[in-house]
Amino acid sequence: MNAFLHQLLAGLASGGIYASVALALVMIYQATHHINFAQGEMAMFSTFIAWMLIQAGLPYWLAFIATVVLSFVLAAVVEFTVIRPMHDKPALSVVVVFIGLLVIFHSLAGWLFGYTIKQFPSPFPSDAWYGSAMMSAHEVGAIVVTLVVVVALFSFFRFTPLGLAMRAAAQNAASSRLVGINVGRMLMLGWGLAGAIGAVAGMMVAPVVFLDPHMMTGVLLYAFAGALIGGIDSPIGAVLGGFLVGVLENLIGTYVVGTELKLSVALVLIVGVLIVRPAGLLGRTVVTRV
Amino acid sequence: MSSILEVRGLRAAYGATRVLQGIDLDIADGEIVALLGANGAGKTTTLRALCQAMVSTEGSITLVGQRIDGRSTEQIAKLGVGHVPDGRGTFLGLTAEENLRLGAYARPSRAGAEADMERIYGYFPRLKERRAQQAGTLSGGEQQMLAIGRALMGKPKLLLLDEPSFGLAPLIVKDIFAIMRRINQEERVSILLVEQNAKLALDLADRAYLLETGRIVLSGPSNDIRRDDAVRRAYLGE
Amino acid sequence: MNSLDATSRAPIVAAAPSTPKPVRRGGFAPGWIGTLAVLALLAIGLAFVAKGFQLFQATMVLSYAIALLGLNILTGYNGQISLGHGAFYAIGAYTTAILMEHAGTPYWATVPAAAVVCLVVGYAFGRPALKLEGLYLALATFALGVAMPQLLKYKHLEAWTGGVQGIVLMKPDAPFGLPLTPDQWLYLFALFVTVVMFVIAHNLLQSGTGRAMRAIRDHAMAAEAMGVDNSHYKSMTFGVSAAYTGVGGALSAIAVQFVAPDSFTLFLSISLLVGIVIGGVGTLWGAIFGAIFIMFVPSLAEKVSKAAPWAIYGVVLIAIMFAMPGGVVGLLRKIQARFKAHG
Repeated sequence: MNAFLHQLLAGLASGGIYASVALALVMIYQATHHINFAQGEMAMFSTFIAWMLIQAGLPYWLAFIATVVLSFVLAAVVEFTVIRPMHDKPALSVVVVFIGLLVIFHSLAGWLFGYTIKQFPSPFPSDAWYGSAMMSAHEVGAIVVTLVVVVALFSFFRFTPLGLAMRAAAQNAASSRLVGINVGRMLMLGWGLAGAIGAVAGMMVAPVVFLDPHMMTGVLLYAFAGALIGGIDSPIGAVLGGFLVGVLENLIGTYVVGTELKLSVALVLIVGVLIVRPAGLLGRTVVTRV
Repeated sequence: MSSILEVRGLRAAYGATRVLQGIDLDIADGEIVALLGANGAGKTTTLRALCQAMVSTEGSITLVGQRIDGRSTEQIAKLGVGHVPDGRGTFLGLTAEENLRLGAYARPSRAGAEADMERIYGYFPRLKERRAQQAGTLSGGEQQMLAIGRALMGKPKLLLLDEPSFGLAPLIVKDIFAIMRRINQEERVSILLVEQNAKLALDLADRAYLLETGRIVLSGPSNDIRRDDAVRRAYLGE
Repeated sequence: MNSLDATSRAPIVAAAPSTPKPVRRGGFAPGWIGTLAVLALLAIGLAFVAKGFQLFQATMVLSYAIALLGLNILTGYNGQISLGHGAFYAIGAYTTAILMEHAGTPYWATVPAAAVVCLVVGYAFGRPALKLEGLYLALATFALGVAMPQLLKYKHLEAWTGGVQGIVLMKPDAPFGLPLTPDQWLYLFALFVTVVMFVIAHNLLQSGTGRAMRAIRDHAMAAEAMGVDNSHYKSMTFGVSAAYTGVGGALSAIAVQFVAPDSFTLFLSISLLVGIVIGGVGTLWGAIFGAIFIMFVPSLAEKVSKAAPWAIYGVVLIAIMFAMPGGVVGLLRKIQARFKAHG
């Protein structure tokens, strides 16, 4: 039983990572109706920026905030220069642009910062009261941070006029303009927020798995799966989905098929869920009258 | 009466296809004006041109003394033009109330938004019942009411309505048109109404313009237009 | 805005413009035959002009072209998406390898065998998966693409698949004692297969089946209302698309003389997707251009920058999408239209 609990918690810990990247994916999706396949690599790049600032002597939280702000700006710039010009082009062409971004960020990180694995500090002291043998202080802290971000985001989208405007701009740009919404600004904002969230995710992951350009490559698939399983238009769903995927992955890997096939089996299960509930667990199916 | 809208020499094109050949329009404060014409005459294009949306235009458009041609659609919305587009333009994935709230984005100030929303529910009680429902599940008539309500939330000086009767049952249309008269009087909103249903439009409007292949061929008080022989034959079926 | 939005009814691909010349069923318009004849002669001539390694590269381009044709049939003509077609490439390759290695099947017979196997697997995958749309289908196929190398390494299948080490094959000699090197013969064989596959695809798409597929792509609900059996056609399309990609994989296995799990990773699936977009989604000729791109551009990128070759690759991808979002064929069509307009 103890071992099972341990695996469960370990699954939650990795689930937290998937949850935060899934959150960033949902963020961009809510704002733009696109899946940012480069999300993981951008988050990794942001984490390297943080690392560089810390190496230069900045205290952790200052570096954290600076990185979040810089990532916001960087993502907004990417939207404006690379994604916006493609707004009326076929979806698959846009997907290829995302793939291009993915390889660029990945390659640039390797070139600028090197491929050797680096340590990244955690703001949660290892002897803190909330840490235990089951789950380290950092893992607990990371999950709490993720939850705080998701609650903030959910409230933002649901209860603020700006959040509503962003959702509207993604759904129906033409109508949004008619009510006075500057659609372009909304898109940049959406991307900026996603970039910021990705940076937070990266900085929470790095202390655990160590920092190198390949850090996020495997995460994206799980985050994508988590976002879909939770419902692509629901921030809460994305987080739940991320946690679920993390736990599933870990349990399957330990008890069912071993590490070799756990990815495949986990994905098959996820796809199975989607076939039964095509909009995800918490997603809303949009009913359209023909 | 002061002028709400003054249009001179408006030309509009979709890419290389010229649709409006240079039209003049005037709308005075508090008026309801109808824009009539057959399919393809350029009525929807005219409304789009006024909002600088989807078409390229030449010519001058003046809203309450301010030139708005060359501005962006969202700026024009904020200056007091409420456009109810053809097809309603509903945000299908959002709730009815969220659709209304979005209309408030165009307001000069947030103050009074809640009160206005209640007043709009007063005009359209059906919407109040369905306020938390996903807008895509509303009927055609309800979506039309929602679209009008949304435009009103922006406290517009000028309301542009594109074929509000389209695809709706006659009883609902009667309802909606009656409410529009109320809105014109109680909210003091000028209305430019595009309609294929000439009889309905002429009953509601004070004045009318007739558009044919991108040109205004007739204009004047509704009663005069109604009595015009050519109009009677072509548009009123008499 | 077109998007992978599951809730949107807009097609993934802007509806491909109908072919400019009136098309007779089952045939090419007269003007085309001359062009094709010239191209055919050039292609055959290549066998005698190019050296061994270049012929190998050309053969690989042909195998990618057939694979891309498969993906195009699915994505372009039927509006469904796949981020995991590398899996079918792998299945085709492994079918060839296993048949040649364990059953002594002659190489040429493994190609249709690979097609049949992939057709069945593709149809079987398509049947449940077709309940998903857009993003969700993308994820399902993504999962397929990721799972395949893991499956191939699975120890319980090692007896057949050769596990991590894979299977080694022998390149066949030219038959009937023809005076051709194995490289030349294989290239000509691949060329023959490519032409056959293209002709079948062309006829398929012009036929009633093709119209049904396009109808589903452009407006699924209307198609269903008109009596098109969506489930069957969608699954069948998936099956055919998988079969094509499998044939490409089979050819590649024979050319490379080797199959191993790590040759068929997610990266392959992504490359195939990049290939059809660069070439021109939903076009037959786009498959060739796309194949050339994915074969040669990565190594060219490395020549430009040793330090960050993939950054160059990424920049090239984005630049091409900006310049020609409709791919190479899209650009050629635009140029053609402009010539016609200016007379």
